[in-house]
Formats: sequence, C-alpha cells, structure tokens
Amino acid sequence: MAREFIPKVLTANDLIEGDVVYRSKDSQWVRDISQAHVFHDQETADAALEATANEAHIIVGAYLFDAQEIDGKAVPTHFREDFRAKGPSNYRHGKQEDGYV
Amino acid sequence: MYNYNEFDSGFVRERVSQFRGQVERRIDGSLTEDEFRPLRLMNGLYLQLHAYMLRVAIPYGTLNSRQMRQLAMIAKRWDKGYGHFTTRQNIQFNWPKLADVPDILDALADVEMHAIQTSGNCIRNVTADHFAGAALDEIEDPRPIAELIRQWSTDHPEFQFMPRKFKIAVNGAKHDRAVIRAHDIGLQVVKNDAGEIGYKVLVGGGLGRTPMIGKVISEFVSKRNLLPYLEAIVHVWNRIGRRDNKYKARIKILVHEYGIENLKRDVEAAFVETRAEFSGIDQELLLSIEKAFALPKFKSSELTDYNASYENDASFRSFVDTNVTAHHNDEYAILSVSTKPIGGTPGDATTEQMNALADIAEKYGHDELRISHEQNVIFPHIHKSDLPTVFAALKEIGLATANIGLISDIIACPGMDYCALATARSIPIAQEIAEHFDALKLEHDIGSLKIKISGCINACGHHHVGHIGILGLDRAGVENYQITLGGDHTESAAIAERVGPGFAAEDLIPAIDRLINAYLELRDNADETFLDAYRRLGQAPFKEALYPKVETDAA
Repeated sequence: MAREFIPKVLTANDLIEGDVVYRSKDSQWVRDISQAHVFHDQETADAALEATANEAHIIVGAYLFDAQEIDGKAVPTHFREDFRAKGPSNYRHGKQEDGYV
Repeated sequence: MYNYNEFDSGFVRERVSQFRGQVERRIDGSLTEDEFRPLRLMNGLYLQLHAYMLRVAIPYGTLNSRQMRQLAMIAKRWDKGYGHFTTRQNIQFNWPKLADVPDILDALADVEMHAIQTSGNCIRNVTADHFAGAALDEIEDPRPIAELIRQWSTDHPEFQFMPRKFKIAVNGAKHDRAVIRAHDIGLQVVKNDAGEIGYKVLVGGGLGRTPMIGKVISEFVSKRNLLPYLEAIVHVWNRIGRRDNKYKARIKILVHEYGIENLKRDVEAAFVETRAEFSGIDQELLLSIEKAFALPKFKSSELTDYNASYENDASFRSFVDTNVTAHHNDEYAILSVSTKPIGGTPGDATTEQMNALADIAEKYGHDELRISHEQNVIFPHIHKSDLPTVFAALKEIGLATANIGLISDIIACPGMDYCALATARSIPIAQEIAEHFDALKLEHDIGSLKIKISGCINACGHHHVGHIGILGLDRAGVENYQITLGGDHTESAAIAERVGPGFAAEDLIPAIDRLINAYLELRDNADETFLDAYRRLGQAPFKEALYPKVETDAA
C-alpha cells in the first residue's frame, strides 16, 4: 500500500535579505507562513520545487517541508520550521517582530 | 597591539573589492548559488535559519576601543543592533543583508579587521588565552606568535582546500585558558632547561562528533622552528588525511587511525624540507610583532578609595571577588565582564554596550579589550583604583553581573534559534538554568561550575569539556537534551561522559536541579568543586540523582 502523502510547503531564503520565504497560493514568494500554499500531492510539490531553478536570482536553497493544513493555513509539523516561521525564541526580534506570527 | 602594514591593508582591501564584484555577479544572476557559496564562505558569510550571518575574526581575541566601536556601528547600521561573541573569539552578526556585506567588510578593513578564513576548509582564526599579557601565571604573551601564525596561514597557497577546517590555539600561561587540548593543533609556551622559550605541540584534539584530547607530537619546538614545524604537520595531514567522509577528515582521525608515532615520523621527515624553505624572514617579522605587543605603561596610584569601596559596598565586593583575576602587576586587575546577565543570551552585546565597553577600555583599560572563548569580554589591564568607576559604568549598561565561573556563566552556541545546522535550541536552556538558580540564590554557594551547551553534535558550545555538558538533539521531532559529566577544558582536560538517556526540554531543569542538589549534599566541604567531587566519587551518585529509581510495588 502506498504511504499516505504528507502535505508540503515550498520554502527558501530570499537572496538579498536572507529571510525565510514561502511559495504562496498565487505562486509568489511571501514572508508570512499563513499565506503559504500547501501542496497535497507529491507531483505538484516536486514540480513547484523544480521550477525554482529559474529563480536563482531571487531565492536560495529551496526545499519542501512537511506541514498540515489547518483552517486553510499551513502549520509545520517539525519545530525547526516553526522557528523559521517565527524567528529566534530567546527574545522577539525576527519575524515575530515584523508581525507575521 | 599589532597594526597592519601596507601588505596587510592592501590584501584585505583587495579581498573586499573581489567580494564586492562576486556579490554583484550573484545578484545580477551571472553566478549561481553553487558557484557563489564557496566564495561567500571564504569571506565568512553563512546563510543561517532566518538570515545571512557574517562571522568576523577577532585574532587571538584582542580588540582596541576603535575596533569595538566599529563593531558597534556595524551592528547598528547594518544589523539589528547587537553582535554575538563566539567560542572561537569571533563576533557574529546575525542579520546582514547580502548587498550590504561588501560595505560591512570595508568598514571592518577601516579598523584592520576582516572575515577571511572564518569559514571553509582552511586554517581558521588563531585563538589564545584571553588573559594574555596580563596573567600572573604567564610564561610569555602568546599573541605575537599567534599573529605570526595568522599571517603565515592567511591565504597560504597550500592550505586553501584542505580535507576540513583546521583550528590552532596558543596558550602562554601555566593554566590552559585557551582549550589547546581540543584544537587540531594546540601550542603551549614552555621554557626549556636552557631557559629558552619554545612550544610544546599537541595535535589531534577536537570536539564535535568524535571528541578527542590532543596528543603531544613534540615536547619542545623552538621559536625559530615553529612555523616550519606547523607547516610540516598541516602538509602531512593535507596530503594523507581522509577526504572520503567529512566526519573523518579532521586531523584527530588521522592521529587516531595512523597513530601519533607514525604521524610524528612523517612530520619530522617533512620538517627537514619545510625548515630549509624558511629563510629567517619570519623571525625578523616576529621581532617587530613582539615590539607591537609591548606592555602598556602601567600607572601607580593610591588604592585607598578602592579598599574603602571593597570594604563597604557588598555588591562591589561580590563583583570583584567573582569577576577579577590577579594581574602580574599587583596594583592592577584583570576584569572579566560577563555577557551573561541572568536570562540574557550568552555572548550577545548591543551597540550601546559595545560603545560603553569601548569607552571604558579607552579611559581606564589602556585601550585593550579581549573576547574570551567563554563568550565574555575582558579588560586585561584595569588599575584597581578605577574599578569602582568601571563597576558603576558597567551597571549602567547591564553588564555588571557577578557570575564569572559560576553556574550562570554558561557557554551556549546559537543553537536552533539561529543556526541552520542545529538539532535543538541552546540559548533558552542557558536562560532557564540561569534564572532557576538565580531565583534560588544558590549560585555563589554552588561555586565554580562550567556548564556548556551545544545545539548539535558539532559541539560549538564545547559541551564535551563542560563539567556539565548539555547536547541538544532532535528525537523524533522533539527537542531532547543529553547530559554529560566530568568534562574539563584546562590543562587537566577530559572528555565528559554521557550519563544516560536524554531529557525532554521540560524535564531538563528539574534534572539539573537534582544533580546540583546531589553535589551540594555529597561535597566534602564548600571548597570542593563540582568537578572535584565528581572525580572523587565517580559517576554513580550523580547518575542516581539524574535518574532516581521509581518505587514500584512488586506485590
């Protein structure tokens, strides 16, 4: 039996700013994880990742991570992605400060 | 302090200008990330979890006030108003933008600083005892030879593409404050029977995945022979060291697999050749470098006010007792400034703090500052009569915490709050431990204790040599912390031993609390440190405290 597909979010870092970006529903790069598109099948996710090869002048290090979609919003399943979405936890001075989360 | 000559300045400026071009070509799309990555790493620029990170070398941890002010300015202008001091005496900026980095590097070059060889498979920033030139137990100031090694290793044509990174540390005092036994090469200044200064050379130490204590490859290498000897060691390793597996590519693995005797034989054979290639120019250079590190002109004045403050002001007395180390001039003090206020981030300093530290160094500290591998800032030369004023100035910027060498003086790597390699967070653990024991007011009673925390197996937080080491791991998607005990980073170096299974984050502080309580009950007297008690009693009673037996009803 095929394994159940774990939904994915496409992420990278912005080339100039270095900050975390997500592929949005309308195929833009956005800072806010709540606007991230959640891919529900492997083929579409892989195709979106492959297409980032043409965006090397905008982003760095694109990859897919596991997420759930809750109320239409992406929620990471691993704590690493949770930190990337929010910023450092020692005190608020990352994305939290920018009002994204 | 060493000042750049024309060659140094020209070289650093040229590298900045090259990197400026490389950044421009990356941004306009003519360089791919695969092409650009090794270039940015050669200039100390990493991409971390949330942003780029620029690692700037502070050679042998020495800074003057002008340099500290420039770091403060860089933090304010191009970052988020703070910098982070690391266990290799570097400073890291956590939020620079790619397009600004060439300007930052130019600003560093303005004060004779750079980020060259702070990353990549080359010889990294040379570290040294942070009390150099001031310590009572010093044999010779290790910084001139460290500077010579920096010049020799910078852009060394043979050593730019080695199997892995290579770290050298120099200690010039009897007590090892430079962790030389955990470096690829550790140098200990020694004096031979003839009274001649030379170096005991240790090789193959290191932490990370396979922690090892360095082994002695030579008991005495003369000053004149040191560079050719180092070149011979690095040459042999570069040639025969493993490149098939990045975790096996360090010289410690070569020492382990090939044997110190075999390595010594090969190094000595190579040394015959390297010795012949050194004309003696390096020794002329060393003489001029040594002059640059001449001691400052110490003053002499009344200590009446200092003595009165010490007698009458309990907080000043506690600060002096905890943060001051004896200077070779008995009117002077070596003052360690803790960058670990309770609940703060170990190693962080804001622009305002850096500026104030620079002011203090300029007015009261013979213009010298040091960064220690324990992530603290040192004023190596403060006249005791100035200590009350300095204490007051430090209080104003929140850097007067009297905790040097105590349970809250924790080394913590950036961990998963910043680092792309981390498997768990380090800083919040350090914050919680400090807050927990501060609330109990037990810190001074517990006494000398080194807690060192790493957020992954690479061990930037030196957990292997902590009296209590904490290693953060990812266990099935949850942060989990392993405790190791009995490590030692000094001349009696030891790798800490793992005690048992790891703890979930919420169980870690109670576990440390049980461990410390066990120590307080088990120690012979208040002078027996945690490490001494551990060495006397072994792991068993501490293990029992960490993993109490659960009473089960067998009936």
